[in-house]
Amino acid sequence: MADISIKGLHKTYPGSTELATNNVSLDVAEGEFMVLLGPSGCGKTTLLRMVAGLDFPDEGSISIGGRDVTYLPPQDRNLSMVFQSYAVFPHRMVRTNIAFGLMMKKVPREEIERKVRWAADLLQLSPYLDRYPAQLSGGQRQRVAVARAIVMDADVLLMDEPLSNLDALLRLDFRAELKKIVQQLGSTTLYVTHDQVEAMSLSDRVAVMKKGQIAQLGSPLTVYEEPADRFVGGFIGSPPMNFLDGRITQQGALEVAGQNTEAPEFLARAAARTGGSPVMVGIRAENIAIAERGTEGSLDAVVEVVEPLGHATLLTVDLGGQTVKVQVPSTVRVSSGDKVGLRFDPAALRFFDTETQLGLTA
Amino acid sequence: MAAPDAPAAARPQLPPARPKGRPPRRSGNSAALLLIAPSIVFMTLLFGWPMVSGILQAFGGPEGLTTANFSRMVQDPYFWSSVGNTLLLIVVMIPIQFVLALAMALLIRAKPRGSSAYFYIWAIPLAVSDLAAGLVWLTVFTDRGYLNSLLASFGLDPVSWLAYDNYPSMFGAVLIAEVWRATSLVFVIVVAGLQSIPKDYEEAAGVFGANFWSRLWHVTLPLLRPSLQTALILRTILAFQTFAVALALTGQNFPLVVGETYRWYTGLQDPNVASALALVVMAVSMVTAVGYLKLLRDQSEAPR
Repeated sequence: MADISIKGLHKTYPGSTELATNNVSLDVAEGEFMVLLGPSGCGKTTLLRMVAGLDFPDEGSISIGGRDVTYLPPQDRNLSMVFQSYAVFPHRMVRTNIAFGLMMKKVPREEIERKVRWAADLLQLSPYLDRYPAQLSGGQRQRVAVARAIVMDADVLLMDEPLSNLDALLRLDFRAELKKIVQQLGSTTLYVTHDQVEAMSLSDRVAVMKKGQIAQLGSPLTVYEEPADRFVGGFIGSPPMNFLDGRITQQGALEVAGQNTEAPEFLARAAARTGGSPVMVGIRAENIAIAERGTEGSLDAVVEVVEPLGHATLLTVDLGGQTVKVQVPSTVRVSSGDKVGLRFDPAALRFFDTETQLGLTA
Repeated sequence: MAAPDAPAAARPQLPPARPKGRPPRRSGNSAALLLIAPSIVFMTLLFGWPMVSGILQAFGGPEGLTTANFSRMVQDPYFWSSVGNTLLLIVVMIPIQFVLALAMALLIRAKPRGSSAYFYIWAIPLAVSDLAAGLVWLTVFTDRGYLNSLLASFGLDPVSWLAYDNYPSMFGAVLIAEVWRATSLVFVIVVAGLQSIPKDYEEAAGVFGANFWSRLWHVTLPLLRPSLQTALILRTILAFQTFAVALALTGQNFPLVVGETYRWYTGLQDPNVASALALVVMAVSMVTAVGYLKLLRDQSEAPR
């Protein structure tokens, strides 16, 4: 087990002018589960491939356990990996697939057998050890790929969207299982995904990536509750965070859609000096409550769409021309066309600069 | 139209719609027959009939069927040496060609600068006829050829590369010319095969500690097996038929089996013995192909 230290990685793929990763630095502590999260093309897989040694950076360095591995080939890095396509060797039986890395390391035969049995037990593959991958289902092949990775006792475990080829139900099952296994192993893990739910549920820390850079690095809840910029807030969460055009008046009130509500202290103070400024307001759907129209501190709005989800009801609400998603308990009875009041939870309000889109904090 | 009556009215009309007395199955069969008829005619005329007449000719004689042609064939002083030469050529040439083709294909896969240019250059010999290739190499190996000129320019004595009493150098010349001419076929098949293997497998092997040779041995070659099998069968059968290159380079001095067929047919004017030789080549080719298929059978039963 070891920590990973990534410093100033630049990478451009041949034939492309765009930077796949642009000056990325990241430290993963020993035993930490780090998730790289981002939309496709954000450079998360490139970053993982450079840690694996499958691609080499143009600039910057990577060290694992204090050893500089930037330009070492993958076989000299002592890591293991789960591929998105699984890459389970079709011409090898499950048993030899799982044992592959140990065989390459010339581990004694009894030791290999013991470990294969242990991994097969853990991943419920014992009945399939003497089958070929073509005779397995997608989920089972996935398990073989994970088993092959965990028998290695590698310094670092890398996973490239390992759940993305599974169907939704299987993915949910296996996600929890994966978390349990990795916790048991305690290995340093770097996990790439574009699925924010996966990122939230698995990680110790999330690195949200955008256009080759890390937009925010933090614990899942921090990233969820305090997005560093509009991109992160809009990417994480389902539905994504609402963004409303607003204004801090000179009197220190927050004005949204022509209606006033209370503004936080630090913004009010700044606004008093500058004579008021536009601001982007971010709030999550579950932090908005429905109130009687005209109640103190509520904003007038009209319900447009009602979507019952079972555990909650999702409303699409028109707030003075801006569309807002509101999540209310399923006990709340509203129908489209209802005139309602919206009450924002002041503690959950986030503010972003209208030009840089960066978060504003005290 | 009254809706409730419609089904009842329509029902009696249905059966006549189908032609009577001819079950649909047979009409389907005759359509299929019609569709494959051209290829059946083609195969019968250009493949079946020549083969049958060739077999009959091989066993034919003035007094009906006989094996005399085969004994004449075997008794000919050139026969066993031609068999020996053909086998020696195959045994030495095929491994060289596969190693070369594989190395070239792996180089292309590594995508060095200008790899597509290499591909086309290496594939060029595919388009060169074997006789032309033989003549080109003759200008290299002949007594006053390029090779001897080169030696002379270094102040070395010329060598009679193709002299009948210098067997090793004669064999070497035929070998080099054939390797040059026919490796590209293996190369093209191997490149196509490599392209169908996702890079993930090799990358996974690398991550799990396999170096280049282990990756080649444990991952690339097994996955390439179907392509190698195809190339091996094709190449071996074609190698049994090597003829024009050796003829152009050595004339009669390095006899090969198919060359002997040609000599019996044109020089000695005996089509019966020529057919017997051709039959031997065919039998050996078939046995080899079946042998390869058995030997290289895929153990993982189902492909990916």
